[in-house]
Formats: sequence, C-alpha cells, structure tokens
Amino acid sequence: MFKKSKLVSALAVAGVTLMAAQAAQAQVIKIDGSSTVYPITEAVAEEFQKAKKNAIKVTVGISGTGGGFKKFCRDETDFSNASRPITKAEMELCKAAGVEYIEMPVAFDALTVVVNPKNSFLKEATVAELKALWEPSAQGKIMKWNQVNPAWPDAPVKLFGAGADSGTFEYFTEAIVGKAKSSRGDYTASEDDNVLVQGVSRDINAIGYFGYAYYAENKGKLKALPIVPPKGGAAVGPSEEAVIKGTYQPLSRPIFVYVKAKSLQKPEVKEFIEFYMKNAAVLTKEVKYVPLPAAAYTGNLEHVKKNKIGTVFGGHNEVGITIEELMKREAKM
Amino acid sequence: MQNNSLTTEQIRALIAKGKLKDTIFKAMGVFCLALALLVIVLLVADMVIKGSERFTVDFFLNFASRRAAQAGILSAWVGSLLVMLVTAFAAVPIGVAAGVYLEEYAKRNWITEIIEINITNLAAVPSIVYGLLALGIFVYQFGFGQSILSAGLTLALLILPIVIVSTREAIRAIPAMIREGSMAVGATRWQTCRYHIIPYAMPGILTGVIIGLARAIGETAPIITIGALTFIAFLPPVPYTTGADGVTAGLFDWVMSPFTVMPIQIFNWTSRPDPAFEVNAAAAGFVLMAMVLSMNAVAIYLRYKMRKNIKW
Repeated sequence: MFKKSKLVSALAVAGVTLMAAQAAQAQVIKIDGSSTVYPITEAVAEEFQKAKKNAIKVTVGISGTGGGFKKFCRDETDFSNASRPITKAEMELCKAAGVEYIEMPVAFDALTVVVNPKNSFLKEATVAELKALWEPSAQGKIMKWNQVNPAWPDAPVKLFGAGADSGTFEYFTEAIVGKAKSSRGDYTASEDDNVLVQGVSRDINAIGYFGYAYYAENKGKLKALPIVPPKGGAAVGPSEEAVIKGTYQPLSRPIFVYVKAKSLQKPEVKEFIEFYMKNAAVLTKEVKYVPLPAAAYTGNLEHVKKNKIGTVFGGHNEVGITIEELMKREAKM
Repeated sequence: MQNNSLTTEQIRALIAKGKLKDTIFKAMGVFCLALALLVIVLLVADMVIKGSERFTVDFFLNFASRRAAQAGILSAWVGSLLVMLVTAFAAVPIGVAAGVYLEEYAKRNWITEIIEINITNLAAVPSIVYGLLALGIFVYQFGFGQSILSAGLTLALLILPIVIVSTREAIRAIPAMIREGSMAVGATRWQTCRYHIIPYAMPGILTGVIIGLARAIGETAPIITIGALTFIAFLPPVPYTTGADGVTAGLFDWVMSPFTVMPIQIFNWTSRPDPAFEVNAAAAGFVLMAMVLSMNAVAIYLRYKMRKNIKW
C-alpha cells in the first residue's frame, strides 16, 4: 500500500519539475528594493489590486535599495524601490544587461535624529556637532556628551543608527559626515528600525537616527532633535511643512521608484504607474511620508509617456536637495 | 569480611544518605524541567494575550495590508502549507530511499563511511548555507525563479539529513530475525524491504519526517535568501480554474507562483513603524506555533497507531 503511494509521489515530483519548467507564467508585476519606500509601494499595490478586483497581480519584496537594483539590473523585476538615486556602478550593471529605466521620485523623507524624551539638555544640534559624534575618528574617543559640547553633561553617549547596508546609512553619513558610508563603527547598528526606537526610548543618554515614519508612529517614546541648517539660521525640526519649504536641512531626502522601460510595453504596468501617480499624494501621507507637489506626479507620467530614460542625478547621491530643486531638475529632463 | 560488615543502623544511614541524594537530584531535574516549560508557557501566553484581538476568522482570510487591523495571514499560511507539501514530496522518497540503501544494500567500505559522515555533517550546516546553494542552483541554474518549487526543494535539502538518519535508526531497531526469517523462506532483498523492513520502520520514519517538516516550517533565512516576497495579495492558482486575470491554471502552475511564508510575514510585521502590527505579529506567531505543535501531535499519534498494527 504505502510503497505504491511513494512511487506515485516520486513520479509526481518528477512531473512537477518537468511541467513547472514549461508552465506559462501568469502576468505579475514584480517590485523589489528599499524597505524605506516599501510602505508607499505596498499601499499603492494593495489599493491597485482592490480597484482591479485582483485581475492584475502585484508583488512587493524587500531586499534593500542595493539588493533591489541588483535584481532590477538582472532583468528580474519591473520596478525597483530606491531610497537614493541609482549609483554609477548600478547604472553600468543595468547598461551591461540592456536594462533601461525611468526614474520617478515619489515622496520625500525626513531622516530624523531622535533622543530620549527625558533628555533635557539637547534642544537642538548642529551638523558639526552630529559630525563630531558620528565621524570615523570619533570611534573609541568621543564617549561622553561634554566632549562634543562643553555645555552638555559629563555622561556617556549611547549611539543608535542604521546598519551599513541601508540607504538610510548612506544618506546620513553623506549628509552629516560628508562622505557616504563613512561612520564610526562602535554604535548599536540595526537594519530593523524598531530596535533603534526601543533602544533610544529606554536610555536617557541615547541618540539615534532613522526615517521619519518610525518617529511619527512612536512620538510618545521619542524626542526629535531640531537641526541647525548648515547655511545658518534657526534650528528646524522634522515635519511635513519643513520638508516642503526645504528648511529641514540637510536631512530631507527624495525617495524613488524606478521602472524598467521594457516593462512599459505591458499595459498592466502602465496602468499601475498611472494608479501610483494618481494616488501617491494621499497614500504617501497615510504612511507618514511627505508627498511631492501634484506637478511632480504628472511630470513622472509625462516622462513615462515620452519614455525619458535615465536619471537626473548622474550616479551621485546628493545631499540637501529640496523639492523645488528636484522638480526643476526633473522638468529639464 | 568482618571489618566490612555494617550494623543495621549504619546500613539504614547509608540508605538514607543515598535516598537524600536521590531526592536532591530529582528535585533538580524537576526544577530544570519546570524552568524550560515555564519559558514556553510564558512565551505562548505572551503571544496569546498580545495577539488575542486578532484571533478572528478575518485574520486567516485576509491578505497583508498596510492597516494593522485589516491585515491577515492568508497568503502566509497557504504559502507555508504549499511549501511544506513540495518539501515532503521531495524529501520523503529521496530520504527514505537513501536510508534504506545505506542500511540494507550498501557495502561496509570507506565510501559508505564518507557518505555517512557527510550526512551527519549536513545536519549541522547552518540553514542560510542551504539558501545560498538553492539561490544558485534552483533559482538561477534551473530557472525555477522565486517560486514555491524553489522554496520547497530548498527546505527538502535542509531536512533530508533528518529524514535519512531517522529512517536508518528506525530500520536498525527492527530485530535481525525478521530480516533473516524473510530471507530464509526465499524472499529477495527487495521483497524483504518492501514487505517487512519499510512497513515496520514506518512509525519511526514518519516521526522523523514530521519533525523535519516542523523544523522547516519555521525556517526564515533560506527562504529570504531565495527571495520570498513580503507583500503578496493573491494565492497560487488552483489547478484547472480560471483566475480573475482570465488565465486558466494548469495542474502544476501553483508551484511556480510567487509566495510568502509565515516566518517572513511575522518578521515584516515586527519591523514596521506602526506598533499596532506587533499585535498581528504575536497572533501570527501563535498560529505558527500551533501549526508546529499540531504537526508534532500528528507524528505522535501516527507512531502510536502504526506501532499497534505491527504484530511480530
């Protein structure tokens, strides 16, 4: 009895393997990439499938901005979520594989520097002070608050920050230290921002940074630090208004979705982009990011229609770009 | 002799001393056991209390969502079950056949020795290594992509050593006279295996298989490596039905479908900004635990049932 069913199962496995290789794939829109952009794209995908009554399938994965581009340039995905512009190396990778893409900024994020709510001595911070805390030469040396600013107390500093593989880490180090990926290593690093939220909320001497959404959802447990802009002036805290005005500097950053030009031949991909751009403003706000002006979204659609391939960043990450500057640049394309 | 003889009192004291040691050791044992049990009970209780508000039918029938209260585990539990199905179909025939070969057919020589050592070693290889191997072989080389098939085969590799080892142990537990008796009446080696060895080893084999599957269902690392998805709001196609997209699925189309599994869904929920998702994660964690425990329960029941049917 049993051996018979085992034979059958062995045959079935062989059958599965053979048939699977030839199975016609149903149409699926594949998206992968940054965990920062994920909440927005997920919200759009969720609403899109509801609106289409599940006639079009969308999948969204998280493999980080870099990991996402690797798959994208290998021609495996239709869209790539990115919390920074595509880099030179990635552009070349895509080029080698013949993958062309259209860049679409979808929202702004305010990287937020947070401290414990019981922390009374920190009201604001300058970029120079943050740099003194985070630069590589501070490793093992700057261990107390008063080493950075004599007005601060003689207490140990507990640092919490993004892990080295994330776009957030890249952007923060570039904006604060001046060089991407250049940071001290003796801090609590985690790719999981909730670990950082917990860490800062439990230690009065803690300071950390992550995307605005994690601060917005945990406002009771954290205090956001206003940053003195590098050009001078009053310190500005992270908020939608400050990002729109371009005063939250230098930690405001645009986030992107890249679409493969070849995928645009598929009608469902076009439909998805139209849906994305039409609903991005509302959904972006819902997941606690700062939406772009309506013109940015219509501009993206325009680029898609005219098939404007490439990036406006030329393979570099740029610090402190405002929504206005971004719009101007996109318009010139 | 006389020097060694003890008075009744002395013997009693000696016994009492021994009994005291016995009691102390017993107490220690019970304490350790209680500690281990307490941790499990606390863990489960914590998940149940935290996740209690999500134990609704909707939670099992809804797809993932950005709104915690509406988010469910439909794609995750279906994905987990289907991956387990592929894993079982791949690992059981190969694992049992390998075990039977090693015990009943293989000659005792250095090649067999090397194979045996390697199987034992394989059981200790970290699961992420299987993930990397599978990414190269199944996903890219064979072109299975990020599908249920790739995941199922990956986990099958992972539990293969467990299946092989438990098959061998079950076979070894069968008395030699059964084998000898069968051969004495003229049965071939194959007939002996088919009518005696495998049926009698079945309870042990099944236990091994299910314990292997219970381990596989909780695996996250290899599944992430081969690229399981995080947001997926549709199920693999049911054979011979037409989906909302107008495509009629073939018998095996589901194995090529993109998927997610329970551990990945839980992982995603714990790392989201909105703390409300922690409730979902706790509830899903409990469901996963219930799945593992019920698999173990099935293993125990089957073993009991089958043992009763063996009449030597």
